[in-house]
Amino acid sequence: MTFRNVLRGIVVLGLATGCNGDEQVAAEVLETSTEPTIFGFGRNADPEEVARWDVDVMPDGAGLPVGHGTVAAGEVLYRAKCLACHGPTGVEGPWDVLVGRVANDEFPFGDGRRAPLTIGSYWPHAPTLFDYVRRSMPFDAPGSLRDDEVYSVVALLLHWNDLLERDVVLDSEMLSGIQMPARDRFVMDDRVGGSEIR
Amino acid sequence: MAENDKTHVSRRVLLSGIAGATGAFLLPENMAGDVANDVVANPAQDSTKVPGTPARPLGERAASERPRRIVSSSPGGVSRTPLQDLQGIITPSDLHYERHHAGIPTIDPRQYSLLVHGMVDRPTVFTLDDLKRFPASSRIHFLECSGNGGAGLSGNPPPARTPQQIDGLVSTSEWIGVPLSTVFREVGLQPTAKWFLAEGMDAAMMSRSIPLDGALDDAIIAYGQNGEALRPEQGYPARLFVPGYEGSANVKWLRRIEFSDRPFMTRMETARYTDPLRDGKARMFSLVMDAKSLITSPAFPTTLTAPGWHEVTGLAWSGRGKIERVEVSVDGGRSWVDARLQEPILSKCFTRFRYLWNWTGSAAVLMSRATDETGYTQPTAAAIREARGPGTRYHYNHIRAWTVAGDGSVTFGSAE
Repeated sequence: MTFRNVLRGIVVLGLATGCNGDEQVAAEVLETSTEPTIFGFGRNADPEEVARWDVDVMPDGAGLPVGHGTVAAGEVLYRAKCLACHGPTGVEGPWDVLVGRVANDEFPFGDGRRAPLTIGSYWPHAPTLFDYVRRSMPFDAPGSLRDDEVYSVVALLLHWNDLLERDVVLDSEMLSGIQMPARDRFVMDDRVGGSEIR
Repeated sequence: MAENDKTHVSRRVLLSGIAGATGAFLLPENMAGDVANDVVANPAQDSTKVPGTPARPLGERAASERPRRIVSSSPGGVSRTPLQDLQGIITPSDLHYERHHAGIPTIDPRQYSLLVHGMVDRPTVFTLDDLKRFPASSRIHFLECSGNGGAGLSGNPPPARTPQQIDGLVSTSEWIGVPLSTVFREVGLQPTAKWFLAEGMDAAMMSRSIPLDGALDDAIIAYGQNGEALRPEQGYPARLFVPGYEGSANVKWLRRIEFSDRPFMTRMETARYTDPLRDGKARMFSLVMDAKSLITSPAFPTTLTAPGWHEVTGLAWSGRGKIERVEVSVDGGRSWVDARLQEPILSKCFTRFRYLWNWTGSAAVLMSRATDETGYTQPTAAAIREARGPGTRYHYNHIRAWTVAGDGSVTFGSAE
């Protein structure tokens, strides 16, 4: 690789000095270690295209779309699209348990007391619920819910976890303001290798 | 000697396999020749007396070799690599473990595109051909699901477990692709960027945040695996591959990379794939897989047929670099001896270890523990429970044990 680059540099140097004596061009090529800075591959993404693909929602709610939903509408959607996997009230399964708070909002998961990882016990940020339901649910038809429907399903799940009053209309501002019980429970990885077991 | 026994068994199995495969051929009479005894006993099996099968465009394993992944019942998709059937360090691509979150998508490579945007000077869309036009990089690395091998950390796992059932969510391949650093330079990464989101085009639109200050020097967008295009279940046509990072961070079917100054806190890095700790906290972005090893032979369901020499062999790996040492114990961890490390010893890759053991015929407990180049030594399960808490989840890299009974039977566990 290095050898080839040296050769490439020499060739260009020869061409440059031979053809037009442009020493500056030659020097730049010689300084190139292995690759050009830019290859010019790919095409520019236009902003409309980016907006269409950019569906993620940040933990502070940035990226949430315009729209709103209600617990009542969420109940209708849940029965039709969610109940088969998550049970009549979100605790029965057979797949992930969605609903439940730990007494006093403790976080007993590491100390060995068994508790399901529910929205009310183990999700640090409410807007993530919108992100996940919109991108991944329902399992057999992901991406099929309109934004208002996602807001409604999220409203129901928050209500069942005692995090939202029943008659509130949920929109981006309200969702961003909800404090989740597990909000301050998450810490960054502090393992660094070496002899200490963490 | 054990080595001879093993050779003999393999040969017999191989011959019976050939008999099955050639049974449909009409064999000439009078073909008994002066070859090995078992062939004389059955001339129809004498491969020196009948032409073999012709060459073919796509190879297959010998009929008697039937390694298989074990598929779990999961709506997303899980299958485990038959570690006990592997030799050397490379996992055949069709036996690489799987963990999907909503199945395997079918993607037309001509329709594939990767959007790179966010804190960059030039938001860009790359086709697969674009990615392949960049100078390629090739590297051999393990990939492991962070949920691999929970058995034995708490509770009592059933002893009738194979290496595949215990730890089959790890595999090793040669991965080929374009270095992330090349793509980042191409789009003009801005200095304010600290993280990027990697998003898949599967039905889960799997999404994970990756820190830029991590070990990204060796990360690639991979489109090749073990000499060919990625398998669909490994992210065809292109996936993220960050050597040493837990499996789920290596987003398959990669469709979008977005740079940001902070992590995106997706469900798969908060509500899942986080490690609860004993102090009422949970560790997130625990991306690097710490050093680990596993004896793959002898292991359940093997039975040692006689006392004498047996090779204890297995695999060791670390997400932090090279394996520096693997020790083996045959007395349940009371004493340890160095195993021999087989070349090549590569960074963030399976390293094969071997220890020649003279079994006396009495009960024994076999263990292995790996040490990587950072000086980290694979801990006991008790040490992990002590450090993180008894209810911790993910990153189960504790020392494994196999119990050898006086009758030669081998079972999984324990003797901590």
